[in-house]
Amino acid sequence: MAYLYNTPQQQREMLQTIGVDSIDELFDQIPAGLRLGRPLDLPPALTEIELESHLRELGAKNGSPLQRVCFLGGGSYDHFIPAAVDAIASRSEFYTAYTPYQAEASQGTLQAFFEYQSLICQLTGMDVSNASLYEGGTAVSEAVFMAMRATDRHGKVVLLGSVHPEYREVCETYLRQINCELVVVPTPEGVADVAAVRKAVDDQTACLVIQQPNFFGCLEQTQELVAAAHAVGALAVVSFDPISLGLLSRPGEYGADIAVAEGQSLGTPMQYGGPYLGILTCRQEFVRKMPGRLIGETVDRAGRRCYVLNLQAREQHIRREKATSNICTNQGLMALRATVYLSLLGPAGLREAAELCTRKAHYAADRLTSVSGIELAFRAPFFKEFTLRCRHGADRVVAQAGAAGFDLGPGLARFRRAGLDAANEYLVVAVTEKRTRAEIDALVAALR
Amino acid sequence: MRNTLATQLIFDLSQPGRRGAVYPSSDVPDRPLDDLIPASRRAASAPALPELTEPEVIRHFVNLSTKNMSVDTHFYPLGSCTMKYNPKRHERLAGLQGIVDLHPYQSVEHSQGMLEILYTMQQMLAEIAGLPAVSLQPAAGAQGEFTALLTASAYFRDLGETRTRVLFPNSAHGTNPASAALAGFECVQLKSTAQGFIDLDELRAALDHRTAVFMVTNPNTLGMFERDIPQVAKMVHDAGGLVYIDGANMNAICGVTRPGDFGGDMMHYNVHKTFTGPHGAGGPGSGPIAVRDFLGDYLPGPIVVRNELPADGAKGAPVKFRYDLMMPSKSIGRVRSFFGNVGILVRGYCYLRTLGAAGVRGMSENAVLNANYLLAKLKDVLPVPQGDRCMHEFVASAKPIKDERGISAMDIAKRLLDYGFHAPTVYFPLVVPEAIMIEPTETESRETLDAFADAIRKILAEDPAYLHEAPHQTPVSRPDEVRAARTPVLKWEKAT
Ligand SMILES: Cc1ncc(COP(=O)(O)O)c(C=O)c1O
Repeated sequence: MAYLYNTPQQQREMLQTIGVDSIDELFDQIPAGLRLGRPLDLPPALTEIELESHLRELGAKNGSPLQRVCFLGGGSYDHFIPAAVDAIASRSEFYTAYTPYQAEASQGTLQAFFEYQSLICQLTGMDVSNASLYEGGTAVSEAVFMAMRATDRHGKVVLLGSVHPEYREVCETYLRQINCELVVVPTPEGVADVAAVRKAVDDQTACLVIQQPNFFGCLEQTQELVAAAHAVGALAVVSFDPISLGLLSRPGEYGADIAVAEGQSLGTPMQYGGPYLGILTCRQEFVRKMPGRLIGETVDRAGRRCYVLNLQAREQHIRREKATSNICTNQGLMALRATVYLSLLGPAGLREAAELCTRKAHYAADRLTSVSGIELAFRAPFFKEFTLRCRHGADRVVAQAGAAGFDLGPGLARFRRAGLDAANEYLVVAVTEKRTRAEIDALVAALR
Repeated sequence: MRNTLATQLIFDLSQPGRRGAVYPSSDVPDRPLDDLIPASRRAASAPALPELTEPEVIRHFVNLSTKNMSVDTHFYPLGSCTMKYNPKRHERLAGLQGIVDLHPYQSVEHSQGMLEILYTMQQMLAEIAGLPAVSLQPAAGAQGEFTALLTASAYFRDLGETRTRVLFPNSAHGTNPASAALAGFECVQLKSTAQGFIDLDELRAALDHRTAVFMVTNPNTLGMFERDIPQVAKMVHDAGGLVYIDGANMNAICGVTRPGDFGGDMMHYNVHKTFTGPHGAGGPGSGPIAVRDFLGDYLPGPIVVRNELPADGAKGAPVKFRYDLMMPSKSIGRVRSFFGNVGILVRGYCYLRTLGAAGVRGMSENAVLNANYLLAKLKDVLPVPQGDRCMHEFVASAKPIKDERGISAMDIAKRLLDYGFHAPTVYFPLVVPEAIMIEPTETESRETLDAFADAIRKILAEDPAYLHEAPHQTPVSRPDEVRAARTPVLKWEKAT
């Protein structure tokens, strides 16, 4: 049997030591009437050889960017991951450890996450970062809850229509139980109309949720939007794209109070949607309102610098129902990946990656809109993603590209919350630094 | 032997001009950046990240890793966390092309293999739970709890009932009350019996028309099976409430008994515990929930469904299926973006496919055997209030030892590190004073368990003053937590 070490002889001796005759006897606590009394109905056991060919077969039925060209976006991206990231993330000492409760036996993890927090602060220009949340959508929801605690306003949250529709759905799910009104400001032009936002927020509003670049790829006027929130005493919550910060202004510079992100771009593979990395940062004054773990620096009894889980009185294991969040297991390994990724890229590498995305995305947008029936949906500036309006239907374009081996999307028709009329004509396209001019040209040729 | 140079903070290792990643130059026609993104939207300079070469980055993090204890290097009997061996094949298989690099918005046509894995996972988890409807969305156990509670509210809302309270025993994990509060419920904590079981009188007194859900871990956090669970379930159901089973301790009962068969209406799994998602230095996890059929329509989605394709003519040709994504009809909505923590689910799938039915049961049997063996080896020196039987873990109390000799649970935990063992969970559950919660898991040999028991015996014979200062052999000694909290230093800052 797999992964069991004790021989039948050892098992017998162990039972003797315990003072019972059989393993069955150990289950005496479970009343007989509750026992299953039959084997579980599971597929047959496979050896490693069989399992590997089974998984290879299943994997081959999926579209991999190694065979198909990925222009898919919408919060998960085919960015390059240096081999060194995998090498560190596959160190047993990291990936088979757990939450660093025993600081003396976890200095590797604790220092790495302290570095993670520091790197994320450098990246965003924010004061504090926690040590990870689940992913981008729950990070927005946690930020909203945090804003409600910080402002003591619990009745209203304003969110732009250009925020990822799935993040918005998650927010709706999280808020439904607590009678908090979620006001969505429509963004038919692809970006928010600042005047409309000013009208939507008021002195009851806990926060304004902005995404930059937004779900359509467009750049919002973050400075003005943040000012609109602050004018009514609301907090500005910004969901950013980490790679974009190689080039774009940082949330800390334009006054965000809480900045969150989907951190998948920072060295985590796409793996059909998770595990990813929820990034959450804030200004110093809100630190005790933060959800999730925080690593702090201190000294040991000999005065040596070391790291510990800090400010734990915010967390569920201490504070229970008064905790700032219910999160326990987080996304540590993905935070480690981001730490290694950012350490490798440095300022120059991140800047290059961001610039390549920008240049290639703009080239792709130019070329794609030369195809008849395809135009840019919005006029606002964009970074690595843009939205196309396809007069003959986005499905047709996706199918045509798909048949030639190119994956585009997501089409907006898949979202209940896309907020556009004729959603089936709209299509998001993402272009990372990995795409080449040859691939873009071939895609365009396939659409002609 | 330690390389202290390499384990300075990464920021101290930085030298201007170094780099660890280089990108190709642009192959598209050059245009001024200002034409692409207005200068007003751009930062004046790139973020002030450290500058290092690849070998430095590798040496730094590899050396950092050696300051950790982990399952692959040490016995890690962290109670409630099921720190079992993580099979290496899972890492290879979850890393296969078409799996690790599959985009979440890849078309259904080009995701059939992945959807088959996830569909089968739903089926297997439903079977092990004895609860037919499964959502794989939740990212970890805590999110599973929260999700199930929202599912319950949606159900009650549909019935036209206003139920505002969630009940749980005081032995519950902190995430239970935290999830209930997040889901907008009032929390009612119930006292347990002296033996740590659900107190039926307490429960009876607390149940009424306001009760939405009773949350209970079974086996409970003391590692004991709640024998009265059918009666408990009946009482909760008679009051119109639902029973939630916190499945953190599923490693004890898989194939032996099922939450759905002992009265549970909803449960979560911790795939990272029971089915070996590596714990990743804190995460990721995966916390699927399984619920009764009448709750299935409220689950968050997407959920994978399977449809039989029309036969393609040839007689006797195998049935072909097409897998699709579906949102349940009355779904509470999404609880996260995309499908779920798929990378962990794939590892869980590989584990269940390796074990099969007999293997899954063998897993639980041996987890229980190992725990009872260790309990037998320790109970004469380490008081275990619950008695001399347990399921997959047991909770000792250092209280008598502390009263007599001043040795605390913390002292024992810290000193174990010196002996080369990761510490058990301490000070949880809260109902046991000076709790030491030991979960050996099935993937440990008797030799290891014997060595661990020996270490505890030796420690208990040591000078208490020496133990208060433990650990003595780890890279650092006990950190000053008071100082950390009083003046929090949460990031590196450039010396000015
Ligand atoms: C009994 C119990 N319930 C719930 C949880 C929460 O699970 P997770 O950490 O996966 O969110 C844990 C684990 O930490 C646990 O031990």
